[in-house]
Amino acid sequence: MKRATSSVAENQDFGAMQKTRTGVEGFDAITGGGLPRNRTSLIFGGPGSGKTVFALQALVNGARQFGEPGIFVAFEENSRQILANAASFGWNLPQLEKKQLLFFDAKLRPDVIKAGEFDLSGMLAGIKAEADARGAKRIVFDSIDVLLTLLDDPRAERREIYRLNDWLSESGLTGIITAKSQGDDPFIAAPYGFMQFIADCVVVLKLQVVDQIALRYLQVMKYRGSSFAENEAPFVIGASGMEVVDISAKTIAAEASPERVSSGVAALDTMLGGGYYRGSSVLITGSAGTGKSILAGLFAEAACRRKERTLYVSFDQNPSEVVRDLSSVGIRLAPHMKSGVLRMHSARAETVSAEVHLMNIKRIVREHQSRCMVIDPLSAMIKAGRALTAGRVAERLIYLAKSESVTLLSTSLLQGAQPLSEETPVQISTIADTWIHLTNISQAGERNRALSIVKSRGMRHSNQVRELILSDKGIDLTDVYTAAGDVLMGAARWQKETAEKTEQERILAEVEHKRREVALARAELSAHIEALEQELKQKEAEAERLIGADAMHKLDLARRREGLEQSLSAKMIKKRTENSHAVAGKKMTRGRRSPKGGGQ
Amino acid sequence: MIPSGDEGARRAEEKGSFVFRLYVVDEGPSSARAIANLSAICKKYLPDNHQIEIVDLLQNPRRVLSDKIVATPTLIKLSPAPVQKIIGDLSGEAKVLLALGLQQGPPETTR
Repeated sequence: MKRATSSVAENQDFGAMQKTRTGVEGFDAITGGGLPRNRTSLIFGGPGSGKTVFALQALVNGARQFGEPGIFVAFEENSRQILANAASFGWNLPQLEKKQLLFFDAKLRPDVIKAGEFDLSGMLAGIKAEADARGAKRIVFDSIDVLLTLLDDPRAERREIYRLNDWLSESGLTGIITAKSQGDDPFIAAPYGFMQFIADCVVVLKLQVVDQIALRYLQVMKYRGSSFAENEAPFVIGASGMEVVDISAKTIAAEASPERVSSGVAALDTMLGGGYYRGSSVLITGSAGTGKSILAGLFAEAACRRKERTLYVSFDQNPSEVVRDLSSVGIRLAPHMKSGVLRMHSARAETVSAEVHLMNIKRIVREHQSRCMVIDPLSAMIKAGRALTAGRVAERLIYLAKSESVTLLSTSLLQGAQPLSEETPVQISTIADTWIHLTNISQAGERNRALSIVKSRGMRHSNQVRELILSDKGIDLTDVYTAAGDVLMGAARWQKETAEKTEQERILAEVEHKRREVALARAELSAHIEALEQELKQKEAEAERLIGADAMHKLDLARRREGLEQSLSAKMIKKRTENSHAVAGKKMTRGRRSPKGGGQ
Repeated sequence: MIPSGDEGARRAEEKGSFVFRLYVVDEGPSSARAIANLSAICKKYLPDNHQIEIVDLLQNPRRVLSDKIVATPTLIKLSPAPVQKIIGDLSGEAKVLLALGLQQGPPETTR
């Protein structure tokens, strides 16, 4: 068996193996394109495992969607029974039958007597003629084991299976042979042991009933010349037929959006750096009464206010209860329900398998064209059926949400003292994009709610624990105080908060006092500066006067000198000496004054 | 062999009205055996009151669907009523006679 890895490369290597789509949702993805074209596929399964539905659906889809008419050879049931059984799937068989779908009743009535050897050559010749006339491309033989029982001889059984196989390869038809398997391993019991060698593709369908809930699985056991997903894939038979869940699907069609959507709590949006990412999956865990549903309700209400169609899925609680409970904390959903923006869906968790829940959700999401979705609680849904499938169911739910570009918020109930060590929520949490955990913290005789963001992919988020406060005004988050490694909440937080407030006030007062002191000092200093400036001005004015007087004095002297020079030429030498003394004295006065001016 | 009771009377009444149709595949070994076995039975038990129509499904393949033939060879006794279908090469003569209403179980138990 080929591994599921590097399927693209292998498909290229085995270019000769062409495939034809069955149109059975999920099956074509698992097999990388459907059943081998113009080859034979074997579908094994116990009674009621869905063999006939699968084969008929592949045939109907061929005729309706892919323009490949088909022939259904019914060994087990007559065509009337088959048409009646398939009527609920809405495939419109009676209309199809006339043109593209032929039923051949190959069921032998019980009064037919068997005397000696016989074979299928005549019937195959007849079917070949019919197939050629109609241009048929697909054929189903349902189911081969009835025919083999009739042959009742191992040699004849082998001979007829080879005849059928040879006929199929010559006919160029894509063949589907169904066979009832008795035990768990269909390959052990003859003649199926050799049947698997002649078929190019072998698919096993399984039906298990756990806690009165039917769980169906499909497994590709062999696919000659092709890769395939070899794990068991769950499937459901629902209102429109069979649907296989491709659990190996990792490719998310929708591109990751940078757009944020509000969580409905402004403070939480801030913690997340703007809200949840559009199209992401959010998980809210916590034990009973921590406020998970309230966060879910706020998210739904915020979405409805933005006029985004929202689906609210509640388990074990009917819509009116949900609406009533949420209205007690101020979350009003009723008007949005009336306008159709909000769709409520309630289900009893334990009545059907998680697969069926998933399929119903998918149908409603598509019908309602929801953009946001709440699952409250997811833990109830995944419990339905088998605990082992929890991770798978959650994974598929997230895959569904991503492929439909729906922002998903699910809550999960955690119980026990070590909630984070529980297997199931951890499985879910690894695939959720954002994980918010709510806890009850008991301290000093009080129980308080705490919120922390455990992880949030692709966004910066606060690592701090916040206290969740519920009031009639709604929900709010407050910073919590940490003291000696403990988070303080409620009364303890209030105490601590008050103490800190007093201290803050004291500091503020001190600061104010300092500020005043400084202001005073500034005022004093500026007054001082003003005084000095005044003094300076006075001194300058004085200096100006002195300079002025000096200049007048000089002029006076000069005039006198001229007078003296003219009249008293004898006393000339003595006068000159006096004059030079006066100039030197003037220079000295100026030199002393200039540094004072620079200092201003 | 002396037929007795109602069955004997009915058979006597319908004497000469045995109509058979045998669906075969030309040259198929079991088909050839079926033709031989049917001829032998008719010669032995219905020497002058039988008709045999042989339908070769390779020549008339559309008859498969219209006549709902699954196994080859298939023998249909069209008359006398009731219509009876026998599949196989008709190799077990006693079984065939019983099915055709030509013999009511082993002779020793009928007495």
